[in-house]
Amino acid sequence: MIRVDGIHKSFGKVRAVRGVSFSAPDGAITGLLGPNGAGKSTTLRVLYTVLRPDQGAATIDGIDVVTDSLAARRRIGALPHGAGLYPQLTARENVAYYAALCGLAADTIDERVENIISLLEIGDFADRRTKGFSQGQRTKVALARSLVHDPQNIILDEPSNGLDVMATRSLRDLILKLKDAGRCVLFSSHVMQEVAALCDDICIIAEGKVAIDDSADGIRERTGCDDLEDAFVEALRMVNPA
Amino acid sequence: MMRTLVTVFRKEVLDNVRDRRTLASALLMGPFFGPILFAFVINLSIERSLDDMERTTTLPVIGAEHAPNLMRFLESRNIEIVTGPENRDAALDAVRTGAHDVVVIVPPEFGVQLADSIPARVELVTDQANTQADRESRRVRNALHAYNQQLASLRLTARGVSPIVMRPINVDEIDMSTPSGRSAILLGMMSYFFIFALLMGGMYLAIDTTAGERERGSLEPLLALPVTRDQLLVGKIAATCLFMALSLCLSLMSFFFALKFMPLEQLGMTPNFGPATVVAAFFVLAPFILLGAAIMTLVASFTKSYREAQTWLSVVLLAPTLPILIVSILTLRPRLEFMFVPSLSQHLLLVDMVKNEPLDSLHVAISVGSTLLFGVILTWICARLYRREGLLG
Repeated sequence: MIRVDGIHKSFGKVRAVRGVSFSAPDGAITGLLGPNGAGKSTTLRVLYTVLRPDQGAATIDGIDVVTDSLAARRRIGALPHGAGLYPQLTARENVAYYAALCGLAADTIDERVENIISLLEIGDFADRRTKGFSQGQRTKVALARSLVHDPQNIILDEPSNGLDVMATRSLRDLILKLKDAGRCVLFSSHVMQEVAALCDDICIIAEGKVAIDDSADGIRERTGCDDLEDAFVEALRMVNPA
Repeated sequence: MMRTLVTVFRKEVLDNVRDRRTLASALLMGPFFGPILFAFVINLSIERSLDDMERTTTLPVIGAEHAPNLMRFLESRNIEIVTGPENRDAALDAVRTGAHDVVVIVPPEFGVQLADSIPARVELVTDQANTQADRESRRVRNALHAYNQQLASLRLTARGVSPIVMRPINVDEIDMSTPSGRSAILLGMMSYFFIFALLMGGMYLAIDTTAGERERGSLEPLLALPVTRDQLLVGKIAATCLFMALSLCLSLMSFFFALKFMPLEQLGMTPNFGPATVVAAFFVLAPFILLGAAIMTLVASFTKSYREAQTWLSVVLLAPTLPILIVSILTLRPRLEFMFVPSLSQHLLLVDMVKNEPLDSLHVAISVGSTLLFGVILTWICARLYRREGLLG
């Protein structure tokens, strides 16, 4: 369960996030949708505690991300945008490194790594060094790495970027599996169709503010647009009438 | 806490070991660059010092037949006489173009002048701007001077005067330097090579764990893990320290073996650099490892990219020379205050060791203590910087 309550974040004069609030419940998929530069990544970075909000608060399973960031990080599996791997390590070693850092017992690491490798179907290249991996392979390994400790809350920043059709599809299956297992999944995207196909709840962000936060049907109803893409454009217009 | 540290340490070591090219440049370049440069410089000095007596040189002479005794004298000093150019103009030309370094011209009247006790004229044609020719001409000039002296003594003796009247003053030079002491002058630069090798050994790791990790995009997911940034940083610095220590060991050993193959005795040097000194030198230099790792990590963490970090760290590679250079130029004797300055204190202690002089234990304690303290302070500053938000750039 992730809860965001009126967070603000500025970088110098740039006000990236200006009062974003929403919540992402367990057993559901929440999508953060918005154009480039809307403040999606900044919001997610506050949630996985690499940024501190200037104002407002956010909690992970009731744990404050600022005052108890270490405990909050224990409950998260995060995939930052464009996450890189260690090119000299094999895919398996990359995943095992994170498993050890997450504090998994030494005798269970191998098993956990093996499980996540088969779940994400990366066994074919698990023992190759990640130097020279395709974008799809890299994303899968990075995803395996952030899920290896079986976190309750999963935060994915633009996970489908640069993936082909097959890879996108298997990513979608994985997200649905996580939802069925009762996890809280929060992911960001700028692709309307992807969000519409997956999310129980959609939070549209523009210019650092929440434009609309509802289910896909709710958004259609409130914007008066049948087509979700039109609804997206309409929602943005609601934030910035000019 | 410890487990995280060990995990980070092991991963960084593995990562660095796998990167063969980087590893090779760090562990070969640093430790072997010094001895190779060193062997080169030493051999050059030996070649120059083996100069005068031992090497045979050839000397073109015009009119050698006019001074058979002089020619025999020159030959006794390892100067081989060959027939010179046909005339004076040809000789001047040959020296001007560099075909010959020196040409001696003995005029036909030489014998007569000598017999009449008139100063007999000999011409020495040379180009003083040419350093090589300068060496040759100096040798010939010295030989001619010696012949001059010899003849003068003979003439005085013939007139019943002791040749001693020619030497009102007798200057005796007493050289107080010991063979190990003389080594210190040349081997003084050795200490910098050790520090250079030490820093080189950890440079790539220092870049990789900061600027490199950020550039690759692997820093952000790492920071989202349930570990503190201090743990990550200390683990990374520890791995950097390991490679610096390794590189230092290699460079000490490579110097140890290289010195065995350098004919230093011919230069009148016997540096004290046996196995015991190698071990002692390691412990004197070891405190610099933490300082080096921390300063490299610190500087690299300010940079935006791998390339920028490399540029800045090359400056850091040179920084330890500064205090050594200043003290060498001003030829200051070791003082207590100097022991507080990292790199300088290690240099001075090392020079004493090579000179085979006893080490002042207070000096050693201050050097070790202050260098370690600087290292700890810099590590702490690094950790503070690592906690900042701007780390992700």
